[in-house]
Amino acid sequence: MYDGGKILAGLAIFVLIFTFPFWYNIGNAAYQRPKLEKPKEKNCVESVEFMRADHMQLLNEWRDEYVREHITTYKSHLTGKKIRISLTKTCLKCHPNRDKFCDKCHASLAVSPYCWDCHVTPKGDSNEK
Amino acid sequence: MALPSARELFSKISHRMPKREWMDIPVEIKPGRYCYPANPKSLEYVGMPYARQWSPLDEDWKLPENWMEIIRTGMRDRLDRFRTFKIFMDICVRCGACADKCHFFIGTGDPKNMPVLRAELLRSIYRGEFTTAGKILGRFAGARKLTEEVIKEWWYYFYQCTECRRCSLFCPYGIDQAELTIIGRELTNLLGLNTDWIATPVANCYRTGNHLGIQPHAFKEMIEFFCDDIEEVTGIRPEPQFNKKGADILFITPSGDVFADPGTYTCMGYLMLFHYLKEEYGLDVTWSTYASEGGNFGFFTSHEMMKRLNAKMYMEAKRLGVKWILGGECGHMWRVIHQYMDTMNGPADFLEEPVNPITGTKFENAKSTKMVHITEFTADLIKHGKLKLDKSRNDNIILTYHDSCNPSRGMGLLEEPRYIIKHVCNHFYEMPENTIREQTFCCGSGAGLNAGEIEELRFLGGLPRANAVKHVHDKFGVNMLACICAIDRAVFPPLMDYWVPGVDVTGIHELVGNALILPGEKERETNLRGEPLPGKEG
Amino acid sequence: MKATYSLFLVFGLVLVALIGVGGLGLHYLFGVIIPYVAVLCFILGFICKVLNWGRSPVPFRIPTTAGQQFSLPWIKQNKIDNPSTMWGVVLRMFFEIFTFRSLFRNTKVELYDGPKLAYASAKWLWLFALMFHYAFLVIFIRHMRFFTEPVPSIFQFIDKVDGVLQVGAPHIYITEIIILVGLAFLLLRRILDPKIRYISLPADYFPLFLILGIVVSGILMRFFVKTDVVGIKQITMGLVMLKPVLPKSVGTIFYVHLFLVSVLLIYFPFSKLMHMGGVFLSPTRNMINNNRMKRHVNPWNYPVKVHTYEAYEDEFREKMVEAGLPVDKPLEQSPAENKE
Repeated sequence: MYDGGKILAGLAIFVLIFTFPFWYNIGNAAYQRPKLEKPKEKNCVESVEFMRADHMQLLNEWRDEYVREHITTYKSHLTGKKIRISLTKTCLKCHPNRDKFCDKCHASLAVSPYCWDCHVTPKGDSNEK
Repeated sequence: MALPSARELFSKISHRMPKREWMDIPVEIKPGRYCYPANPKSLEYVGMPYARQWSPLDEDWKLPENWMEIIRTGMRDRLDRFRTFKIFMDICVRCGACADKCHFFIGTGDPKNMPVLRAELLRSIYRGEFTTAGKILGRFAGARKLTEEVIKEWWYYFYQCTECRRCSLFCPYGIDQAELTIIGRELTNLLGLNTDWIATPVANCYRTGNHLGIQPHAFKEMIEFFCDDIEEVTGIRPEPQFNKKGADILFITPSGDVFADPGTYTCMGYLMLFHYLKEEYGLDVTWSTYASEGGNFGFFTSHEMMKRLNAKMYMEAKRLGVKWILGGECGHMWRVIHQYMDTMNGPADFLEEPVNPITGTKFENAKSTKMVHITEFTADLIKHGKLKLDKSRNDNIILTYHDSCNPSRGMGLLEEPRYIIKHVCNHFYEMPENTIREQTFCCGSGAGLNAGEIEELRFLGGLPRANAVKHVHDKFGVNMLACICAIDRAVFPPLMDYWVPGVDVTGIHELVGNALILPGEKERETNLRGEPLPGKEG
Repeated sequence: MKATYSLFLVFGLVLVALIGVGGLGLHYLFGVIIPYVAVLCFILGFICKVLNWGRSPVPFRIPTTAGQQFSLPWIKQNKIDNPSTMWGVVLRMFFEIFTFRSLFRNTKVELYDGPKLAYASAKWLWLFALMFHYAFLVIFIRHMRFFTEPVPSIFQFIDKVDGVLQVGAPHIYITEIIILVGLAFLLLRRILDPKIRYISLPADYFPLFLILGIVVSGILMRFFVKTDVVGIKQITMGLVMLKPVLPKSVGTIFYVHLFLVSVLLIYFPFSKLMHMGGVFLSPTRNMINNNRMKRHVNPWNYPVKVHTYEAYEDEFREKMVEAGLPVDKPLEQSPAENKE
């Protein structure tokens, strides 16, 4: 006995599962890099490449340094300037709109950082209850 | 060959792995570990190819000239015919779960007796001959070349497997070494490599209907001897019928029960049961001298030979015009009946769906194959109160029960025999749970390995079973091992003598025969073995 | 030795990607061509293998029965381990595939002087194998965030659950730890247990090291050798929408990860990894034990030569008559030459 029907059905399920990304996106517009609201200030704390890849780590370090060791300033490798360690007063000064900046990439990558569990956002916190 | 003492043999068991890889260790054919090659006459009688005189100890096995071609075609052919073969060749991940489940590995410590390596003996050739990766990458892909050495290794190790399927139970993918051993033995048979302990019984079964070659008149005589013995013990003489046309039920049991102690006592049990049912309820059972073998040594040879021998059961049932078939206590016989017979030699549309005429019970689980296991039948009778039993006659017995491999892992017959035991015997103790029911250990001599020349191998293979018996022997004073397999009954007495002296062996229906109160019987002084009954020792 | 070979093979693969992308700048080859080839190879290879299995019939119904059969109405059947219905088999397969039921039975034999054999429970393999496979599954599902836009809430949810510890930034995933522990166990067991080492082939170490390579490169990319994640999503989305783009901002580490995954996909259908498909098709597990109830048909069942009753009686008629056994043909006309 061959059970051909069952084997073909099983293979159909297999193909359906493993080609999911291919058929799921049919008809959708091509993926675009999220467009972020850019601030007037040219320079960030560090270079764009660094900020893209490492901002979460930087913020984490800032938090630990500020809260546990009372270090209040950070020396930028980019400009050499001393920068005040503060999410609200440094980062959000240039990027005040969370919806139009932070959440753009975070949503696209299904990342939900817990910054906003404690910090308030000045504008665009539509995700909060 | 004189065997060392049990303690000494045990102390020599080592599970340490050799330094060299298994592919680099050439097979060493050790005397005492292989069965003698087949008598060419036996092979010729049933038309098996390349029958010849050869010796496993010789360098030259006199293989046919084109043996490589034969093996390649044979493998290709079987890959096309058995999905199991293909899948079991492809998906093993060598997790090792099967490794210490095999009684032969436990007993011998020979790594090639781990089911996974036994299968790799075939797989490595499969990879080398049939897969691209194996052809290109060779040994890195686990492939090796097909050489005469490989054939010797196959022969040596496929006849050190009793097809008990314990490994298959533990395999996460259900890879069944029994299936691979069956196919591997088919391949060796293509080259005329077999063992005499299988080939000669096959030829005998084919000719006379039973594996010892007992001719019809002798078969009848032997059963009549048992009737004499029964008369001596009970004062009642059963009158069995042979080859009777129009009987209700055809009864087939392994011929081992007819000639070898203690199976003979089980046979007496059947005779007494049928006599009782005839007297009380008019049940009409016939034996057959033509289909006088339930066991099927063809199963240890090839699928085709299994079919050729098994065909007699349905042919005889049809000729005699019985309603259905009742099968005696036997292990691999029941694997064949349960999993192969209907497919191979059915449909049995000339028989009726089996109904117990005494209780009215329909054997739903046998409605297509139309063959019922005698413990199913007897359990049903007991459940309906149709048997008068005096279980105190078995009071001298402190019993444990061995599940035979095939009925447990190829069928699932676990409770029926226990139910009977509990109604005919007062002292019953189970062996440890890892050694019974579906996890049962083989007797160590199934699948055609009960040959005298491999006694040491058989005792090592039987060690896990014997050791479990020893456990209950030491703990509860067990003095009797019950089983539902004729091979078991032949194998266990010497095995017990070696590892657990003081434990005897019985079939379930011997216990039934002893407990059964025949109409009009005299007061029994002894059991069927002529030993005094409890309270009659004086 | 076999383990070392396999390890170096995986190192070699990493090197190939490093040189190919980092040195030679073959981004298109490693970012587009090889991944496409790999996916095709995986899907087609898998289908071909399973169809090839399917082409051979299952001539006999040979389930391994692991419990009481369906028999007399008053005997309690084990409906899962010895199924007599399709639903029983469905349940048996479900437990086999989702909980590794057979592996759960595992025991370990021990020899003691006495002589005494003991069977200890040995569930470690079951536990770590289960950990490894489930972690792999969750990681696979989690990666769908790179292949969907917007990311469906189910994938977001799984991601959130997996990262629930909220340790570090980015969060450590629980599955990252579990899969490493699982892999480490499977690998160490293979290397340290003499029996398992003895039966292992290079083909047993290679997939372990390969998957380890994939996991380690993924972890490196997430925590240590960081790169532009949005750029990665541009690549992955471009691939699955058949409009490949290769932003320059994505570092070589990603290509190493992608290349190892591609190798795994290509290797899969030709290897023991096919146990993923095979477990569904194993006849000892997926068949109903209703053998005596319903006839199983063997498509290649062929007639065989048998010893008929007539031939038997012809040979033994005289003796049968003498013994008082009934015969079909009376003695005087027995044609002795009519033997088979």
